[in-house]
Amino acid sequence: MPDPLLRMTGVSKRFGATHALRDVALEVNAGEVLALIGENGAGKSTLMKVLSGAVPPDSGSMQISGQPYAPRSPHSARLAGVAMIYQELNLAPDLSVEDNIMLGQETGRWGILRRDLQRQRVRDVLDQLGHPELQPDTLVNRLSVGAQQLVEIARALVMEARIIVFDEPTSSLARHDVERLFGVIARLKETGIGIVYISHFLDEVREICDHYTVLRDGCAVGSGSLEKVSESEIVALMVGRTVDELFPSVPHTPGDVVLSLSRLSGSAVPTDVTLDLRRGEILGVAGLVGAGRTELLRCIFGLDPVKTGTVKVGQFAPRRRPSRMIAAGLGLVSEDRKGEGLAQSRSIADNMTYSRLQPYRTVGFLHLRRRRQAVSQWMRKLKIKAQSQEQSVENLSGGNQQKVAIARVLHQDADVLLLDEPTRGIDVGTKAEIYRLMGESAAAGKAILFVSSYLTELLAVCDRVAVMSRGRVCEVRPSDKWTEETAMAVAVAGESI
Amino acid sequence: MSSETNTTTTPEPQLLATSRGNALLNVIGPFLALAVVYFFFGITDATQEDGGTFLTPRNNRAVAIPTATVAVAAMGMTLIIIAGGIDLSAGTALALCATVLAWCLKEGASPTLAILAAVGTGCLTGLINGVLISALRVVPFIVTLGTMTIFLGVAKIIAKETTVRPDRTTQIPEWLRGFLSLREQYLFPGKWFVPWSGEVGADASWFRRTAIWVAESLRLPVGVWLVIVLAILLALVLRYTVFGRYVFALGSNESTARLCGINVAWNKIAIYTLSGFFVGIAGIYQFSRLSVGNPTSGIGLELRIIAAVVIGGGSLSGGRGTVVGTLTGAAIMAVIASGCTQLGLSNPVQDIILGVIIVVAVTIDQIRQRRLAA
Repeated sequence: MPDPLLRMTGVSKRFGATHALRDVALEVNAGEVLALIGENGAGKSTLMKVLSGAVPPDSGSMQISGQPYAPRSPHSARLAGVAMIYQELNLAPDLSVEDNIMLGQETGRWGILRRDLQRQRVRDVLDQLGHPELQPDTLVNRLSVGAQQLVEIARALVMEARIIVFDEPTSSLARHDVERLFGVIARLKETGIGIVYISHFLDEVREICDHYTVLRDGCAVGSGSLEKVSESEIVALMVGRTVDELFPSVPHTPGDVVLSLSRLSGSAVPTDVTLDLRRGEILGVAGLVGAGRTELLRCIFGLDPVKTGTVKVGQFAPRRRPSRMIAAGLGLVSEDRKGEGLAQSRSIADNMTYSRLQPYRTVGFLHLRRRRQAVSQWMRKLKIKAQSQEQSVENLSGGNQQKVAIARVLHQDADVLLLDEPTRGIDVGTKAEIYRLMGESAAAGKAILFVSSYLTELLAVCDRVAVMSRGRVCEVRPSDKWTEETAMAVAVAGESI
Repeated sequence: MSSETNTTTTPEPQLLATSRGNALLNVIGPFLALAVVYFFFGITDATQEDGGTFLTPRNNRAVAIPTATVAVAAMGMTLIIIAGGIDLSAGTALALCATVLAWCLKEGASPTLAILAAVGTGCLTGLINGVLISALRVVPFIVTLGTMTIFLGVAKIIAKETTVRPDRTTQIPEWLRGFLSLREQYLFPGKWFVPWSGEVGADASWFRRTAIWVAESLRLPVGVWLVIVLAILLALVLRYTVFGRYVFALGSNESTARLCGINVAWNKIAIYTLSGFFVGIAGIYQFSRLSVGNPTSGIGLELRIIAAVVIGGGSLSGGRGTVVGTLTGAAIMAVIASGCTQLGLSNPVQDIILGVIIVVAVTIDQIRQRRLAA
């Protein structure tokens, strides 16, 4: 039997007291896509850091085509043919496509670029990817996220990568970009490149991958061919228990209207949105990227300028700025945890209470002890795993960060929760917890506006779902009157069908 | 779901000790550096032929005095830097305040009025910076680069392009002259504070000599004590007030602050104005030392002020910094200057050493932060 392209055996890594990886084995063959699946914190990223030379393993060995492979740095890993495409792209936005692709491996002599040779190389690679339409002179910041990703893949090809790791590549892509990416991955497969594909979307994994390896708590708990395994079996492997319900339902009944939008328009999107949200209701907002869902929430919350229309909370129309909206009982969880949602270098306690410090304040001074008690209650309630509440948020896993962001609006005691992609980039177990929290909040009389790109969860969790397209709300129906196909059709067509 | 003032004590999760340990190291880190620098110069100086005077209480005091001016202004700068800003106008604004103070005294205003005018001028310069930054939405670096020269110009106009010299004996009140003076009558506490004073023989016990040394070193002019009082107040504000939390929130992530309903514009104005208050006080210190109002005496001072914050662990990208660190940073710079003088090193050498220390301090801090993050 020939050697596989990549073989990792017995890889272990400890950080202090925690076993990040325990005796993990993994194989990738040439021309094959391996799905690496696991909850956040299961060890996927550590394993990939070992593979890419960013973290040395404590024990274990790696081989590429039978040759021992022990990268000392990300650079030596690249030279050995291992390339990583991260969730957050590593491009220089002010440089052109060509300059980005050739960055660090410019063709030339004595510092003088050979533009002609370089241009040819770039064109070859873009052809190889099946996207000759990308212009090498375009500045990267003019490209969509999907196209930027292509640039990054092209860079890996120029480096003659033999193994490419994709880390959650679709989490910020629109559907047609996802399809384009899958086309590219299929082409890469044909050229004999081995691919490791990390994703939370099991349907995607099924579409593009051949084999799977599931990690849980730093161990490889299962692997095999994707054809012979069902989705629920994979989920069971991931969470270590059978998930009876991925979408736990808490009964709740809609009451009075608490938030009403009438003909709301922002500077570009949203356009002319009229919606009513009731107490005890979860209203989903579906749509493609760019449909104006995030902007709708931001307009409601006073973060983006409103051109025309009104936002009424109960009977009143508060002034449109976040502080007034918070006072009126609104709370927003941002889709961008890093850039906006959380002050990463500050503590859990600070992040949880920034929007409501009044209960701990006497003439401007804080009662830290009282706050500590409140924060630890919320941490227990939401099962936030951390060393202490003074730990800074940047050291938490994505799921725990999201819980802190949600805890903030709950602590704020908002009546209307505006949740923007609250389950993006977090693991299945935490997702289920967040769905349950949403259900409980609705049962307690809160109203929830829930924006998501993941139709399955919207249809499962929401009472009603509104589909947006090009800034407009095309249609609102009770969830059971939608299917994923009809919702997607409306989102794409931009009109009700 | 709102009032969670339950009084059940919660078992704090384990591993808390490590994060406390890190916090402790954050605080004592700069102190450690100060101690190293101090004893390095002390020992080097003491091994010289004449025995050296660096470690004497008198020299300790002499180090504390120039520290004070920079330290006060640097406290305001700490606030600004934690909030993710920068103030390049601090130096000239400080000189402007000193000039205003001198001018008021020279024109025969009462000392109280003159002091109020100086502090008011400081607050005004901060207010102007804050309003411009918030209203124009221009980065602080550019705004304060502009106001830096504006304040210099204003000070020159007030001083009629020379130095304002109030009469030392009739126009400058006694306490202001002694504010940062090393003369015996201005030191607090008085001579009574020193135990066994007068009976220090060469045969005195080690314990007695140390006690005398500590007590003598603690006898400082009022101005230095005021620095410590202000520092404690500011540290309390940063730690225990809502405003303090907002300062850190702004510097850590302005978008988050906005999302949480924090009024970003007002808080920035408040931060710069409060910093201006400290600049005003620092102006008084400057005047007290020079006893003249010199509009150009603050040029370049802003860099020393910023350096104090940075050596003390403040991060120019915001969100990090401590008052204690800043004071230590200012002290480290003064110790180096004094130590070099004692060792007979020339001014240019001092400059080079100071520069090296800045780079080394920041590098060490960065390495530590990276290790914490990993």
